[in-house]
Amino acid sequence: MSTGINWAKYSSPQALYPLAGRLIPWFSVVAVALMGVGLYMGFFVAPTDFQQGESYRIIFVHVPAAWMSMFLYVVMAIWAGIGLGLNARPSFMMAQAIAPTGAMFTFLALLTGAMWGKPTWGAWWVWDARLTSELILLFQYAGVMLLRTSIDDVRRADRSSAVFALVGVVNVPIIYFSVQWWNTLHQGASVSMSTGSKMAATMLIAMLLMTLAFWMYSIAIILSRVRCIMAERESLPAWEEKPVTIQKIAEAR
Amino acid sequence: MKPRHKRFVFIGLGLLALGVATVLVLNAFQKNLVFFFTPTMVANGEAPQGQSFRIGGMVEDGSLVRDGDGLTVHFVVTDTAKSVPVTYKGILPDLFKEGKGAVAQGKLGADGTFVASEVLAKHDENYMPPEAAEALAKAKASGAQESKSLVVPANKKDSL
Repeated sequence: MSTGINWAKYSSPQALYPLAGRLIPWFSVVAVALMGVGLYMGFFVAPTDFQQGESYRIIFVHVPAAWMSMFLYVVMAIWAGIGLGLNARPSFMMAQAIAPTGAMFTFLALLTGAMWGKPTWGAWWVWDARLTSELILLFQYAGVMLLRTSIDDVRRADRSSAVFALVGVVNVPIIYFSVQWWNTLHQGASVSMSTGSKMAATMLIAMLLMTLAFWMYSIAIILSRVRCIMAERESLPAWEEKPVTIQKIAEAR
Repeated sequence: MKPRHKRFVFIGLGLLALGVATVLVLNAFQKNLVFFFTPTMVANGEAPQGQSFRIGGMVEDGSLVRDGDGLTVHFVVTDTAKSVPVTYKGILPDLFKEGKGAVAQGKLGADGTFVASEVLAKHDENYMPPEAAEALAKAKASGAQESKSLVVPANKKDSL
């Protein structure tokens, strides 16, 4: 996730660990602030919708969560690919750190989608191409995580879950374009690069703020998770933290 | 080439092969992946015969008729080229309206009437305040453009 950072320098856990520690509070604060503003705009500023009334407001969680679920999968696959290509442990650690957050957003997208589908379509769930492919994405995240935990040898676990993640990446364009390629009950994209936005401006701004908030949240949580993974794998050498902190982690283990 | 370059090339080729395979598979299953059939597809005999399937399109303006029992409804689903009359007994979703998208599951009767066991509303991807929608409706009345991507296949996207 830490794009824009010189990875060559931070490709060693020893350098990444303290850097991540310094970045986490900033991303967390920005995430909370953006989420506050985004939800306020979504629920109190954005107008009601002409056909769905108030029920459309779940879009402010649903769409950003669905976007994150696909985006995080691609990022995870890229780290997995870099890890396989370079034999780089920190890349595998990043891929491992991303999976639970991606799965969480996939679940959130499915859950909010069901809550939205009932009042608008009249059904919690339908087996159309969009919903089914997103459900498969959840299984893919679960598969990546399960495969990792089912193999004891860390290197083998890294490599096999990386291959799994890479293979699964074909599903992401299928999810995204499913509403164009096939007849689906799910509506088409409201916001896209080619046709622009089909939403009122305040609705769009609130949705984009929530997207940004989810980004910041993901960065913060993934960085803190990658720190845990490093501490776990590297048997806690004293890279940065005060001895007391390391003592605590060691006791917690 | 260094070994790591080889590995990246291998990964790239692997993904490429996987992508091609996926495209081929999806093309082969094209017919099974549609959630509903349009009235045109039904007219062309593309919909499964004698078994349950879903039909989707726009509810034709002025076609909704409610029977005396208050539960049975009749309406016409159209994709502007063809249309199919539908009968349904049950509660319609809130967003079910004439001129809007709907998907019905059921069987096609011998008389060409589709007997539905479930009706779902399909809304489009446009979100705007009611005032804006009114303004758009006025503009449409004077012949302006509007979104066209509700339920109709790509080649027939002039319905909305």
